[in-house]
Amino acid sequence: MALSVNHLIGILPLSEHDIRKILDTARQFREVLQRPIKKVPSLRDVTVANLFFENSTRTRISFELAEKRLSADVINFSGSGSSLAKGETMLDTVNNILAMKVDIIVVRHPHVGAASFLASRLSRYPLSVHAKVINAGDGTHEHPTQALLDAYSLEEKFGTLKDLKVAIVGDILHSRVALSNIFLLTKMGAHVLVCGPPSLIPRGIEQLQVSVSHNLLETLEWCDAANILRIQLERQGAGYFPSLREYARYFGVNKKILDKLSKPIIIMHPGPINRGVEITTDCADSHHSIILDQVLNGVAVRMAVLYLIAGKSEKISE
Amino acid sequence: MNKKIIISEERMKILLERLCLLFMERHERPEEVAVIALQPRGLPFGKAWIHVLSKFCHNLLPDFGYLDITFHRDDYRKREELTTPSDTHIPFLVENRPILLLDDVLYTGRTVRAGLDAILSYGRPASVELMVLVERRFSRELPIEANYVGERVDALSSQKVRVLWEPHPRVILFNQNET
Repeated sequence: MALSVNHLIGILPLSEHDIRKILDTARQFREVLQRPIKKVPSLRDVTVANLFFENSTRTRISFELAEKRLSADVINFSGSGSSLAKGETMLDTVNNILAMKVDIIVVRHPHVGAASFLASRLSRYPLSVHAKVINAGDGTHEHPTQALLDAYSLEEKFGTLKDLKVAIVGDILHSRVALSNIFLLTKMGAHVLVCGPPSLIPRGIEQLQVSVSHNLLETLEWCDAANILRIQLERQGAGYFPSLREYARYFGVNKKILDKLSKPIIIMHPGPINRGVEITTDCADSHHSIILDQVLNGVAVRMAVLYLIAGKSEKISE
Repeated sequence: MNKKIIISEERMKILLERLCLLFMERHERPEEVAVIALQPRGLPFGKAWIHVLSKFCHNLLPDFGYLDITFHRDDYRKREELTTPSDTHIPFLVENRPILLLDDVLYTGRTVRAGLDAILSYGRPASVELMVLVERRFSRELPIEANYVGERVDALSSQKVRVLWEPHPRVILFNQNET
């Protein structure tokens, strides 16, 4: 019944049963969010620290709201303006926070493996052996709760993930959302196709049981749902593509291309959107788009993750 | 000890009818009441009870919904295993309505306490009554009693009382390690 993992570091270590459990629990929390009083007392005695060493709007607010809806005590920490600037290491920062009796750490960090590193080190310190870690995005590695909320939104729309055709369009190379989505969707029996300029598709990605395309129209024609990723503007100068204008012309999703398709498809986006680059306004705000449903489902999915991780009987990891 | 039938199918029919009559005796306008069954085991009882009630009330039935109380339990993080949440469906307003809570067995009273807590998330009911098919006597851990009781039974704390609906309705008693 409980999850097979003590921490949520990524989708890769989760079993199909774990994913099913999280999505099913999220469905019940989705109902809680419809109630006049959207709060349950489950995490009354739990303190959660949100440690954001990297900028975030949606994920941070979504986690904070999920924690508050579960009645947890919440503290927020952001890298800028903290003792990190004075040279303190991340591990020292976290251990100091845990010494104040914090039960769960939600961490976002620009470096790959930050959450996994924390989880492996925490168990060595007597004050923090029971603390649990939830990864809210680590560099270009994983963003498990985003993949879970994407899967939840797809399941809500299509009823099942089995044999669903999902396209992921954009910068696959630098995207933790893409990687977590690929792990999750293939584990749950969906078919995944990634689409983007060759410079933004990692070599050997076929080994993850995904297909590759460089043609947007063919990709959209093939899929039931397309997850459009943000073009990270900071990458533009790195020479992966000549210009944003050219990217938008070849890989930008717009109303015209959607009208050409033989069947309607669902459009998703993890946010933040660069309107006019990877997706146009008439497409992002159309009835094809479930972008705002994803945001609401994100709160329910994060409530489920917190509930299942915090409720796991106290065992020392490792 | 083997599983022992303590309430037979025939007796269940009588109990369900009696619970309907007791309810109608107290509520002249049953359609004003909202019935909420506590998940998971209160739901089959609720359905069976409403079915019998429909023979007496015809088209003036109470509204019927079901409520899962998992997130309001007082033993979260205290048990080895997490309880699996079930569906909740309350397709009516609770605010200012008389509510009838339904569950199959009243034992420690903790489920009902969680149910009372959960209902308040939907609004402030005018009143809340409790109906149970089976009440286990002398085993309450909280000051909670039912307004309508099908049958009162005595069982040891090492024993379980389970209401079964398939293939035919009956109530059984068995030792806890014989699940």
